[in-house]
Amino acid sequence: MSELFVLLGIVLAATSGIPGLLMGRSCMTGQWVTTLLAVLGAGVGLAGVGIFWTGAASQPIVLPWPIPGAEFSVALDGLSAIFLLPIFLVSLLGSIYGLAYWKQTEHQENGRKLRLFYGTLTAGMAMLVIARNSILFLFGWEIMALSAFFLVTTEDDKQDVREAGWIYLVATHMATLCLFALFGLLRAANGSFALTPLAEGSLTSGTATAVFVLSLVAFGFKAGIMPLHVWLPGAHSMAPSHVSAILSGVILKMGIYGLARITSLMPSLPLEWGEIVLILGVISGVLGVAFAVGQHDLKRLLAYHSIENIGIIVMGLGLAMIGRSLGRPAWIVLGLGGSLLHVWNHALFKSLLFLSAGSVIHGTHTREIDHLGGLAKRMPWTALGFLVGAVAICGLPPLNGFVSEFLIYLGLFETLGIGKEPSFAGAAFAAPALALIGALAVACFVKVYGAVFLGTARSDHARHAHESPRAMLGPIAVLVACCLLIGLAPLLVTPIIGKGVSAWAAGLKDASPQLSNLAPFEWITFMGLVLIGALLATSALLWLRLHTSVVQKGSTWGCGYVAPTPRMQYTSSAFAQMLVGLFSWALRPHVHAPKGMPMFPQKTDFHSEVPDPVLDEVVMPVFRFGGSLFSWFRVFQQGSIQAYLFYIFIALIGLLLWR
Amino acid sequence: MDAAIHNTIHVLVALTLSPLLLGVIAKTKAFFAGRIGPPLLQPYYDLVKLLRKGSVFSTTTTWVFRAGPVVALVTAAIAVLLIPLVSARAPISFTGDVILLAYLLGLGRFFTASAALDTGSSFEGMGAAREVTFACLAEPAFFLGLLVLAKLSGSLQLAGMLGGSLGVYWSTAGASLALVLLSWFVVLLAENSRIPFDDPNTHLELTMIHEVMVLDHSGPAFGLILYGAALKLFVFGALIVRLALPVSTGFSWLDWPIFIGGMLALAVAIGVVESTMARLRLTHIPVLLVAACLLSAFGIILLVR
Repeated sequence: MSELFVLLGIVLAATSGIPGLLMGRSCMTGQWVTTLLAVLGAGVGLAGVGIFWTGAASQPIVLPWPIPGAEFSVALDGLSAIFLLPIFLVSLLGSIYGLAYWKQTEHQENGRKLRLFYGTLTAGMAMLVIARNSILFLFGWEIMALSAFFLVTTEDDKQDVREAGWIYLVATHMATLCLFALFGLLRAANGSFALTPLAEGSLTSGTATAVFVLSLVAFGFKAGIMPLHVWLPGAHSMAPSHVSAILSGVILKMGIYGLARITSLMPSLPLEWGEIVLILGVISGVLGVAFAVGQHDLKRLLAYHSIENIGIIVMGLGLAMIGRSLGRPAWIVLGLGGSLLHVWNHALFKSLLFLSAGSVIHGTHTREIDHLGGLAKRMPWTALGFLVGAVAICGLPPLNGFVSEFLIYLGLFETLGIGKEPSFAGAAFAAPALALIGALAVACFVKVYGAVFLGTARSDHARHAHESPRAMLGPIAVLVACCLLIGLAPLLVTPIIGKGVSAWAAGLKDASPQLSNLAPFEWITFMGLVLIGALLATSALLWLRLHTSVVQKGSTWGCGYVAPTPRMQYTSSAFAQMLVGLFSWALRPHVHAPKGMPMFPQKTDFHSEVPDPVLDEVVMPVFRFGGSLFSWFRVFQQGSIQAYLFYIFIALIGLLLWR
Repeated sequence: MDAAIHNTIHVLVALTLSPLLLGVIAKTKAFFAGRIGPPLLQPYYDLVKLLRKGSVFSTTTTWVFRAGPVVALVTAAIAVLLIPLVSARAPISFTGDVILLAYLLGLGRFFTASAALDTGSSFEGMGAAREVTFACLAEPAFFLGLLVLAKLSGSLQLAGMLGGSLGVYWSTAGASLALVLLSWFVVLLAENSRIPFDDPNTHLELTMIHEVMVLDHSGPAFGLILYGAALKLFVFGALIVRLALPVSTGFSWLDWPIFIGGMLALAVAIGVVESTMARLRLTHIPVLLVAACLLSAFGIILLVR
């Protein structure tokens, strides 16, 4: 039943853009019909997931398929269902948001394209998550990857958008290439393309290592694990904001889903795999947020924070893998439970942040943090939404980010041997790293929130900002409510998370009660309510006191200087300067500063930026070298379709002869 | 009934004693300088005075500016409820309460720093930047110390970690605990903006951290900030006093005076440090904090080797 609903949702989403294509460029009807279909599709899909969670038995659907060796086989399990929710939810909210953010009448040249691929992207992701056959998985994967490419390059008239799109396309195809090899190996071990658990002994240790490395590279590219994140900051910042929300909040999670799915199929996990994954998580987490601190572009900064949060998710997964290698159920439950909950939480608060950032761009037409300022006065609702997202992404109570990080902390502390299980203390050092990530995130979001929304406007863009229409604020409000709900009532979602954990670790049938036993969810609820209650009460007291005492207005204290200007404010780069300095060994910032001071001060300028060193100093040179190495191959690149068809023909003849 | 009395004393001690710590520090510093100094109860007088005063708000500010002091105070006050002051009992205690404690203070930091940026003043921007930067290094030091306590006590509850058997661990794993004690004392000085990290009495805005963040606050809101800062000092102080002085006689009429004595002694110790040291150059502060991290890290390595 639930599978049927999800399939129907996929079909609706995939075809949602077609009516719009058939209508005129400046016609708003197309936009409305398309959005209606997309919302309907996402709603039907969500209903399917809901039916699954209420306990309906999974009824796999298997249909014959013309492709040899493959079959159209889909099914839902706890793991798929967890990933389906953000796919459909973010897609639904993004479609509504797009009504006002990317109006057809204002974006005639690319509005229809955007909506078409938004639908196919949703469909592709949902398809790969429920696929139980690796060929079907690849179909979903490629539909997702290509739709995302066309979405990133929505504004393909701009050069930096095209460049970001190409880097993304190269990265995603390297991932696909690894997937071909990976599924080939699995086919050899399993005897079919079905994604079913592998039998004990079906993989030699060499093959198993190859499978692990290939899946780590393929899914690591998609998830943006450092140092495979090179495509991510550019692509996420160049896309329209509601696309960024789904790119950052959902597509990255497909990499996590792939890693979780493949590791769940493995008969056994060597200890080193978990250790490697945990270490990669720590590196992504710490460096992701460190790079974020140095950014000036609002959306680029948020993109780096995605790398950080993927790091946190991967840390939880690594812990769960170590738990499975050593047979420690508590580590699995807390690690994977925290990881899966963080998948949701990140999807919620990152979409919230991107949609709020989109609202800022809509209202001011700039993404440059140092050109903004004082928006809290002109865009109060956007400011509030962004603030909630910022507090949530820092993992602070009483919002949802705290709950998932709390679970991962508990799991990491468990590795010290706190419970009855023996210790594996090396993993515990990830706990201080997580604390470092949290503190850096606070630093970064204080910087962003302060520079963008507080203080005074630094440019005319910010001075003439206007609040966004309701179609954009509505989705933001829904996401705020979700962040609050999970933060205050985590017990509502633990059964769902438990199902996901049970689906991952065969033999852990009752993960949900175990999760509630290990983590004090009632206390989180209680403390959240206490915190909110105390905040409201104290605010009321302060308000009363201010109301009954003399309150004057004045200008900000400037050591007696009475005419402060916006240019005297601390800029975001100044705010981040010390932290960028501390991490300069990794960030390698480019600073252009005036050297020495002449006797009489002259006009001078200061400029600093933190480009991506992996992209600029490793990937680009390697690709350039590779390009020159293979330049002789261009002889074959005729640029005519006949020539290519001829090559295919020759290759096929060759293969036939070889057989 | 017993629990109710215990909790009442807990709350009363925490709420009333915290400003006294500031008074003791000031008196100690005055003693070293050969002055008489302000009365011990001066922080209380200040609080009362501030609550009765009017206030000036900058026209640049929004509600975030007013929320800063409220959040800082409330988070510190809730954090106080999580710490077992005597006989391993806290009013609120559950597995992982210590993580909540750290993140509550993080929430306070978020809003204090945001309130500072709300004024649009570069001084306050500087203070906010320094505050969040140094916290990035203080936080791992704190968590590394927690690893030691969690490993020793086999518990993730402050009541267990700082509980009765800590005295036993001092004899079996004294070296680790001493390292943590030292590291956490550095964290206390950094988090509460004391010398050598920050000089609370300086009059040069350019060099300050915490004081410069709250330059624009006045009247009742500033009172809340002052009280919140005192509570935060109490939180870190209580952690350190419990760690250094894990005595539990079983008689609460004896335990409470011992704890309060410990807190006052700690305040004197802070005063001594402040009187005998100079403020570090800002660029050297991270080095000291990294050293604090390493101290705790060695503490845990000693245990799990």
